[in-house]
Amino acid sequence: MLIEFFRYIAAGTATTLAVTLVALPLGLVIGLTFALAHVYGGKVLTQVMRLYSTLMRGMPPILLLFILYFIISGSINLSPFWAGSIALGVVSSAYQLEILRGAILSVGGEQMMAARAIGMSRLKAIRYIILPQALRMAIPPWSNEASIVLKDSSLVYALGVAEILRRAQQLSATTQQPFMAFGTAALIYFILVFTANRLLDYVSQRTRIPANPLG
Amino acid sequence: MSQPVLVAQNLTKTYGKNVIFRDISLSVNERDTIVIVGPSGTGKSTLLRCLNLLTKADSGKIWLDGVEITDPTRCSEDECRQRIGMVFQNFLLFNHLTALDNVMIGLTKVKKMPKEQARRKAMEELERVGLIDRAGHYPGQLSGGQQQRVAIARALAMEPRVMLFDEPTSALDPELIGEVLAVMKQLAREGMTMLVVTHEMGFAREVANRMIFMEKGQILEEGTPDDLFERPKYERTRQFLWKIAELHGRKAAEENG
Repeated sequence: MLIEFFRYIAAGTATTLAVTLVALPLGLVIGLTFALAHVYGGKVLTQVMRLYSTLMRGMPPILLLFILYFIISGSINLSPFWAGSIALGVVSSAYQLEILRGAILSVGGEQMMAARAIGMSRLKAIRYIILPQALRMAIPPWSNEASIVLKDSSLVYALGVAEILRRAQQLSATTQQPFMAFGTAALIYFILVFTANRLLDYVSQRTRIPANPLG
Repeated sequence: MSQPVLVAQNLTKTYGKNVIFRDISLSVNERDTIVIVGPSGTGKSTLLRCLNLLTKADSGKIWLDGVEITDPTRCSEDECRQRIGMVFQNFLLFNHLTALDNVMIGLTKVKKMPKEQARRKAMEELERVGLIDRAGHYPGQLSGGQQQRVAIARALAMEPRVMLFDEPTSALDPELIGEVLAVMKQLAREGMTMLVVTHEMGFAREVANRMIFMEKGQILEEGTPDDLFERPKYERTRQFLWKIAELHGRKAAEENG
């Protein structure tokens, strides 16, 4: 029976991963664009980005999910899966904006100055000097955000998307075994988050800039 | 007479109500090595940054090889900076790139030089500063002196018309200063046009053909190193020069014994 529980709930894993794999990169693209606008965009853009970030981070994700879901599904005809994933991506973009902004700022204006001093344009300096360093620095906090999005993907269950949590709830209702059902879901989430974090740790190690004397 | 390479006229820079410097005019001729000295906070660093347009001067004009670079219609900022090399106090190597890539990146990304050619050129520049065996090292794996020499190679690779040095040895441990000064002396001997902000009076006396003493945002006095050290017009110049020469001398003496 345990195996059947596991099989039924695990069938939602693909959906959970799909939601995450839409939301996370979308959040990254928006977050990175907005972070660059925040740091290099001049006064007006900086204020706009600050407002965006503060608003988005000032509300519970599930509430934003509902609001964005009804905006998105009200204007274009999208399935709950796509609408929910996109909404989660937008929520995440505000957090990723802050992670990337912090990383860009910690690379520092002096690296930009050095790049400009050899004749690079601002755009080239961002592309070849600032981002390669900032993105490396952002991996550990970004890894944290990735596991948050992975876990928050469970929120689309409220829109009726059959991911891990929704399947666990269905099973709990039909079998009257809530502990088994939710316990199985918890285990699957844990394995996913754990694996994702190890994977990103590995990426972080592989891309680390050597600093020890080679002799 | 040698050609003027870099000419500044009536440069003024203020931050809010603070006047950093006012009405600075100077001319750097081909093969000149000019040393700028002066107490800290007199705008020497800001002056260098204005000269290669990293900081915008409030007023005044700058010419590079007779072309006014403060006029954006005559020369784009990025193009101008390629022809003015800059070496910073704290090196500012690109931390994610090896020594070789630090020197190469301007060639490949700014000058669009093919990779193989850029690599060869970059290796030549590293050889010039004596670091060919450190080509594959990252900045974090190099000593301060080595980092500064890579930074000099990075600037030289762009084949600048003039090199600006902003206190290139101030952030270095005393025992590492010599190797950087040696590279700079060699450059001067090879005829590189240089404008150097430094407190290394030994370097100034040995290499500079002209010295500028700046104080409170103005050029107080300029002339040959001998003029400034032995026959200064102002008592203030004598005081300052001998004080830092003495301080550095004492430091050096302590290091040696």
